[in-house]
Amino acid sequence: MGETMTKDQYILGIETSCDETAMSIVKNGVEIVANVVASQIESHKRFGGVVPEIASRHHVEQITVVLEETFSKAEMTMADIDAITVTEGPGLVGALLIGVNSAKALAFAKSKPLVGVHHIAGHIYANRLNKEFTFPLIALVVSGGHTELILMREHGSFEIIGETRDDAAGEAYDKVARTLQLPYPGGPHIDRLATEGQANINFPRAWLEEGSYDFSFSGLKSSVINTLHNAEQRDEVLKKEDVAASFQASVVEVLTTKTYKAAKEYGVKQVLVAGGVAANQGLRKELTSKFADTGIELEIPPLHLCTDNAAMIAAAGSIAYNQGHRAGWDLNANPSLDLEKYSLRGQQR
Amino acid sequence: MNILSIDTSNQTMGIAIVKNGQIAGEYITNVKKNHSVRLMPAIDQLMRETATVPEDLNKIVVAKGPGSFTGVRIGLATAKTMAWALDIPIVSISSLEAVAYQGSFFNQLICPFFDARRGLVYTGLYKWSPDQKLENVLEEKNTLFSDWLEVLAQHQTKVLFLSQDIELHRELIDKTMGDLAVIPDTSYHVPRPSLLAQASMAKETEEIHSLTPNYLRLAEAEANWLKQQQGKS
Ligand SMILES: [Zn+2]
Repeated sequence: MGETMTKDQYILGIETSCDETAMSIVKNGVEIVANVVASQIESHKRFGGVVPEIASRHHVEQITVVLEETFSKAEMTMADIDAITVTEGPGLVGALLIGVNSAKALAFAKSKPLVGVHHIAGHIYANRLNKEFTFPLIALVVSGGHTELILMREHGSFEIIGETRDDAAGEAYDKVARTLQLPYPGGPHIDRLATEGQANINFPRAWLEEGSYDFSFSGLKSSVINTLHNAEQRDEVLKKEDVAASFQASVVEVLTTKTYKAAKEYGVKQVLVAGGVAANQGLRKELTSKFADTGIELEIPPLHLCTDNAAMIAAAGSIAYNQGHRAGWDLNANPSLDLEKYSLRGQQR
Repeated sequence: MNILSIDTSNQTMGIAIVKNGQIAGEYITNVKKNHSVRLMPAIDQLMRETATVPEDLNKIVVAKGPGSFTGVRIGLATAKTMAWALDIPIVSISSLEAVAYQGSFFNQLICPFFDARRGLVYTGLYKWSPDQKLENVLEEKNTLFSDWLEVLAQHQTKVLFLSQDIELHRELIDKTMGDLAVIPDTSYHVPRPSLLAQASMAKETEEIHSLTPNYLRLAEAEANWLKQQQGKS
């Protein structure tokens, strides 16, 4: 990039993979000009989780509203935009389709380049809106659908070195929260309760085979559910705060330990945390103390960039665009888009 | 006046470009294939072949359902965004009404319908007025076809049935309606996107942001939730 980039570059990002209709304009891949997120959380609350059909219905109602708000906040028009980038996957197919088709319509109507972006690449690049990357780096991605350790040796290159074999960390949070009868979404409630309780129940930690960077949270989840169930049978009352603290201690210890080991083994300069669970205070605190005085830089995005947003899609999309990725008019939503295959697009230029 | 019309609400994918009342081009496929992948390449091709650039367009017309929920949304997301980007008016037409346009020369009742599984259909009742305006006689709804046909039979007048799904229901139509049922050849059942453009002439322009699909049916989770709420009270 660099040498030929004399003029500022403005990238539009569109994200509709789950229950947020989001658009953003990002300057030169690193600076947010406008960032609009229309959350549907209130609509899904009564169902105790995201209902795909309802999410899709909201997206189609919100799409041009969010578009207009984004441009009016940025005080820009489509003429100022260099490329349109959109989450292509993974995510809910019906939800993704709204963003993808809207992006295609916009690109076609205004003759702009179109770029498909991997949602997780987006979560990782949320960090670049805060701080420039130094390679090699490792990203810990933790969300409702993902728990992954990703090695990056250069921009646009993603190698998965560890991933969950069953539930994602965020999924375990949601299920445990439901068992504790906490309102949806449960993650933040567990995080809050955990600070008020003692980690005095010894829940299991799944370390898996020696040297593995994979994760497993289904055993932990079952253990929490069984413990609560057994206590109930004995008419014993466990403090919700203690259950939350003990559960969180198990999740955080495994995530932190494996991230630390991987960071050492690959000799990375930076560790990035990404995804909705990156907002978790317990995790932030533990990682901060683990990486203090190691010489490895720990970066965690501000809360509003941890959850789904389109600034992260524009940030990742800006790299993809500059590396020559282009989508055709046949771009489709890909609910199970593979990160490593996506990563290869950058090397096929 | 250059109009682009788009219909992805059901199995038929249709796009038309109508220039000053003349059909410049029309693209129709009637296969079970992904509209999301094929819509924009088809628009691109049709625009090229009719030497139309996006800036030439003055209006977008879209079929807003009923039909496949996903299909309807692909059309609406595309049409709404294009209209917004080009700052041109948008008009939406019920997908059933669009099918009723196929019966322009029939002077009695017209019943377009789409199969909605488990004996249900999306349907409505239309009639051409003496001054050639399509009027809605019975409101569109999602209903058991057998119930609907009982109501139609009471009109004691001929009814033209138009539907891609006609074969699924031909027996029931014949049984309930007997000689009152008129079922034309196959080509009349496929919705033509150019008729959307024609239909739009009689319609008001809509506000882009508030244009929503004509689902005629709640999301399943929503319907179940409402049922539960009623059970509680
Ligand atoms: Zn996400």
